[in-house]
Amino acid sequence: MVEEGEINLYIRVHRRGVIRMTIGDIKEILKAKFIIGEEWKDREVHGACGSDMMSDVLAYIKDQSVLLTGLCNPQVIRTAEMMDIVCIVFVRGKMPDETMIEMAKEREIALLSTGCRMFSACGMLYAQGLRGGDTQYE
Amino acid sequence: MSDTITMSYVVPGNDFTRAGEASSNIKSMLKKMGVKPEIVRKVAIAMYEGEINMVIHASGGTIDVIISPEEVLMILEDHGPGIEDINLAMKAGYSTAPDEIRSLGFGAGMGLPNMKKYTDELKIESKVGVGTKVTMKVKMS
Repeated sequence: MVEEGEINLYIRVHRRGVIRMTIGDIKEILKAKFIIGEEWKDREVHGACGSDMMSDVLAYIKDQSVLLTGLCNPQVIRTAEMMDIVCIVFVRGKMPDETMIEMAKEREIALLSTGCRMFSACGMLYAQGLRGGDTQYE
Repeated sequence: MSDTITMSYVVPGNDFTRAGEASSNIKSMLKKMGVKPEIVRKVAIAMYEGEINMVIHASGGTIDVIISPEEVLMILEDHGPGIEDINLAMKAGYSTAPDEIRSLGFGAGMGLPNMKKYTDELKIESKVGVGTKVTMKVKMS
């Protein structure tokens, strides 16, 4: 029984112990809003990366990741496209413009906006088991 | 070599919004050709970093991509200011990009290190005041 207001998570624990969540779970955890991509809410996310520097994002490679960023320009969508990132979360309530939304739509990248700051947003996802793929520390 | 495809792009130098269009085009082309996703991603990231560099530092340039069954060869040429010290430019974190570029999310000094990381071969030829030629190769297997 899920009570009203309770976050309903469907986090699956993979055989090797890797915790997976969906785009919809991320939306719930961060109390975010879908800008686009609600129809892709069941897509799985396996890792995350948080940065305002796109080259730092490009240095990191992992399948089916989510990108958290406070940067809001078309190159964020392009970076996500190159990395096959499935979802971008704009922190601190940032909202992309029409050009960015169109670009993301074409590439089937879900866009979320949360009022959380970067540090808190990353921490909340980490606490729920999402990792950055940096094996040295994890 | 009948099964070699060559694609040529002109990268406009003054339009940051459009930077990355050539890389995006190559990415979807390789994907359609059935190239392995990890190879597609390596090519896309390396070329995108190069394309961004052209826009940031050199007011644009040209990119030729030669796709063969064995490899993807990318040749990026510009007539920008050139690189004074290539070894220093290769150092992670070193950048000459101005603050306004950093506020756009680039200029962290990771461009060239990333290009090296994702390619099997990287060659940079540069002359100060003349321009820069970057040749990158990603093997198909």
